[in-house]
Amino acid sequence: MECFGPTLRRPLIPVCAALLMLPACQREERGPRTDPAAEASAPADIPALIVRYGGDAWQIGEGQRLFRWMNCTGCHGNGGGGMGPSLMDDEWRYGSSMADIVRTIDWGRPNGMPAFHDKLTGQQMWQLAAYVRSLSGLARKDAVPSRADTLAPSVPLTQVRPLDSPPAEAPPQ
Amino acid sequence: MRRLMPLLALAASGCAGVQSMTGGAGLGSRQFNTLMLAFLIVTGLAYLFVLLFLGGAFVRRRRENVGNFMRPLLIGWTAFILVGIALLTLLSFLDDRQSALAGTGQPPLKIEITANQWWWQVTYQDPMASRTLITANELHLPVGRPVEITLKASDVIHSFWVPGLAGKQDLIPGRTNHIRLLPRRIGLLRGQCAEFCGMQHAHMALDVIVEPPARFAAWYAAQLRPASRPATALAQAGQAWFLSHQCVTCHSIAGTTAGGRTGPDLTHVASRRTIAAGTLPMNPGSLAGWIANPQGPKPGNHMPTIAMSGAELSAVVAYLGSLE
Repeated sequence: MECFGPTLRRPLIPVCAALLMLPACQREERGPRTDPAAEASAPADIPALIVRYGGDAWQIGEGQRLFRWMNCTGCHGNGGGGMGPSLMDDEWRYGSSMADIVRTIDWGRPNGMPAFHDKLTGQQMWQLAAYVRSLSGLARKDAVPSRADTLAPSVPLTQVRPLDSPPAEAPPQ
Repeated sequence: MRRLMPLLALAASGCAGVQSMTGGAGLGSRQFNTLMLAFLIVTGLAYLFVLLFLGGAFVRRRRENVGNFMRPLLIGWTAFILVGIALLTLLSFLDDRQSALAGTGQPPLKIEITANQWWWQVTYQDPMASRTLITANELHLPVGRPVEITLKASDVIHSFWVPGLAGKQDLIPGRTNHIRLLPRRIGLLRGQCAEFCGMQHAHMALDVIVEPPARFAAWYAAQLRPASRPATALAQAGQAWFLSHQCVTCHSIAGTTAGGRTGPDLTHVASRRTIAAGTLPMNPGSLAGWIANPQGPKPGNHMPTIAMSGAELSAVVAYLGSLE
C-alpha cells in the first residue's frame, strides 16, 4: 500500500463500494406482461425459451399455480408422486430437459399421462415445465424461493438436488 | 411555501370525486364530517390552551407569587374540559340515535357482499328466491332507502369501503360482518378494498351507483331476467364456444348451462361500467384484451389464459358484449 499515498487511498473506498454495487444492476427481469400466445409448444429457439422460463421467478410461480389448477397433484402429489411418478427424484423416464417435459405435457405419455395439447397454451406448458424442473432442484437457485410455501421448517424441494441428477440446463448467464 | 403549494393542491384533490370522504353522499359519511369538525374544534381549543399555559410558564419569573391570578384560569380550564367532553358525548349520542332511527319507516334493502381475491360478489337478497339477484363488482342502491349489507369473505381478509357513504368494515373468512348505509344523494361513487389482500389489492374496486327508486327498480327487473339469446351469428358462435369450454367451470350465465360460482357472474356483464373489478372500462377492446391475456392487466389474478384462436376470441367477445 506504500505506492498509494493517503490522497489516493481515500477515494479508493467509495470506488470499491460503487464497484461492489454494480452486480445489482443485473436484476432479474420479471415478465408478468408477456404474450400468452407467443410460444408454440414445440418452438424453434429452445435455448432462448429455457432462459425465459427456466430462470424467471414469475414464470416458475405461474407454473406452480397451473400445477394446482390443472390437477397435476391428482397423480403426482405435490411432487412426491402417487398414482403417477414422483417429480422430485432424479429418475426421468422421458428426459429431464424442459423441451422433453413440454413434450410430455403436450402429447401425453403411455400408461396414464394425458395430453394437454388443447387444454393449455404453449406458454403455460413452458411455465409448467419450469416448475416441474424446480421440484427436483434443477431450476436456477436465484429464481426459486429459498423458503417453503408451508410453515414446515424443512428445506423446500426447490433447494434440494437429488443425487446423480442431470446437470442444470440453464445456459451461462 | 410556494414549492409546497402544488403538493397541497394534490392532496386536496383527494377531497373531491367519486371516492371522496367529505362529499357526504351517505348518512354515515355526513355524520362523520360533523363529528370530525366538532372534535377538531374542541380538541384544537384545548391544544391552544395548553400551549398558552406552557408559554405562561416560560414567561413567568421563577418563585414569583402568582396569588389569585391563576385561579380563574384553572377554573375556566376545568369548565372547558367538562363542557367540551359533555358536548362531544352529546354529539356522538345524537349521531348514534340518528343513524339508528334513520329510515326506519321503510324496510331495508338486504344485500350480501362476498369479497374474493380480487373481486366483489354482490347478492341482493329477497324472501322470494326467484327475486334473489347475483351480480359482481357493481352496487346499485336506491336513494333514501336504508341498506343492510352482510359482509363475508371467501379467502382472506378484505375491507369494504365506500368513502362517500360510510366508514370501513372488514370482511373476514368464516365470520359475518354487517354494515348499514343510507345513501342520501344520487350519483356515482367508488368503493375500494381497504385491507391489503394480496397482489391485486389495488385493483379491487367497486362501482356504487345511487339512483332514484324508480330507476333502481327498473335496473333490478332487468338484471333478474336471464341472459338474452344472442342475435348475430358471431355472438351465437361465441356462446357455443363459451358453453363448450373451460369458461363455464367458473362463470355462470343465467338462462344457459354455465353455472360456475368461482368467478363473477356474467349474466348481464355488458351492463356494467367496468370489468375485472374496476380495472378496465367495459368495451369490446377491454373484453378482448382481458380474455386473451388475463395476467397482463392484472397479474396474479385467478383467471387462467384459455387457448383460443383469434376468430374464437372475437366470437366470445361479441357474445359477452351482447349480455346487457
